[in-house]
Amino acid sequence: MNGPHDLGGLHGFGPVAPEVNEPYFHAEWEKRALGVTLSCGAFGAWTIDESRHARENIPPATYLAASYYEIWIRALETLLQRHGFVSGAELAEGRMLEKGATPKRVLTAQMVPAVLARGGPCDRPVDTAPRFAAGARVRTRNVNPATHTRLPRYARGKVGVVETVQGSFVFPDDSAHGRGENPQWVYTVVFDGAEIWGEGAAPGLTVSIDAWESYLEPV
Amino acid sequence: MHMHDHDDDHHHDNHFSPMEARVRALETILTEKGLIDPEAIDVIVETYETKIGPRNGARVVAKAWAEPDFAAWLKQDATAAIASLGYTGRQGEHMRAVFNDGETHNLVVCTLCSCYPWSVLGLPPVWYKAPAYRARAVMDPRGVLEEFGVTLPADRKIRVWDSTAELRYLVVPERPAGSEGLDQEALADLVTRDAMIGTGLALSPEARA
Repeated sequence: MNGPHDLGGLHGFGPVAPEVNEPYFHAEWEKRALGVTLSCGAFGAWTIDESRHARENIPPATYLAASYYEIWIRALETLLQRHGFVSGAELAEGRMLEKGATPKRVLTAQMVPAVLARGGPCDRPVDTAPRFAAGARVRTRNVNPATHTRLPRYARGKVGVVETVQGSFVFPDDSAHGRGENPQWVYTVVFDGAEIWGEGAAPGLTVSIDAWESYLEPV
Repeated sequence: MHMHDHDDDHHHDNHFSPMEARVRALETILTEKGLIDPEAIDVIVETYETKIGPRNGARVVAKAWAEPDFAAWLKQDATAAIASLGYTGRQGEHMRAVFNDGETHNLVVCTLCSCYPWSVLGLPPVWYKAPAYRARAVMDPRGVLEEFGVTLPADRKIRVWDSTAELRYLVVPERPAGSEGLDQEALADLVTRDAMIGTGLALSPEARA
């Protein structure tokens, strides 16, 4: 979707303003937000792609004004309601009113080290050969789906070169919407700065994206 | 853009900020339902405060500087090479290492969200997740680098890696001059978090001392 999250090349946000000796957390609630988000992810009720799409669907004005942990929490509230774990009335009242859905698993303290050490690998075998080889010239598709995609707007309809065939991975555009994993080959595609930004592009700049096969067409 | 704005701008009749109240309510509901274990949250926080942070990545870089065979492995199969040091898991499942040299400087961003190699760098800093960096890194990397105090030679090429899939990138900065006699722990002291994102360079031994 062409949401507020797709930020590459936008102007007006000012300097990056790195903070010297930045702490890991800026408030106690951020610690809880991290832990609650990871704990609920461990339910196994939604994919990382569905959670990303929930964040992208936060209204633009809210998204752009929010810290990232706030974005996480707003999206988590959406996911918990969508999957029946929590109701809007419960969120409004701040207490349990009904039982709700039962998750596949509840993350306990004892489970945390193993769960974090394992992560969530999303490479999957496919039974097709890669359509493109390293060195191939490709054009990204010019598409504007209202649904989830990992093809950023700035890199649509652009010609680049496949640098690396990276393996086959869960296809987020389907996975985010409960349509299955449908893995595809993923390629690192490199673009000249001028191909993306045109006149006035920074000299000596190249930009790469990691693109699923169906984002690409041969040139 | 930062949560301080929320703390300062809102005045409610309880002593919690709106986000603090919101997260407390959520944690309360989920705990009452038996859906989360508050102690699991404590363990997660403690893990990322004390165990999984940029020191992991710094050790990877130092080893690559010191051992050409490890550097070759890191270039070939970063996931396995990094796992050999015990760094695996969440947001580091599929690692790639990219090496700076005299020709090209590498810079990593996630324009679409906040993808970051947690297993080697820990939790991302606020600026990495905020709009200014995500908007500008792909278009004006030199301007961004200036804000980090980094000025590259005019002829240095810049490659920006937008982490749009599940690959997570670790930048291996150039080994600084004057570091020849140092052991790997001392070399790791020269490797900053920002150097491994590409918004910094490795420290010189003199700067570190």
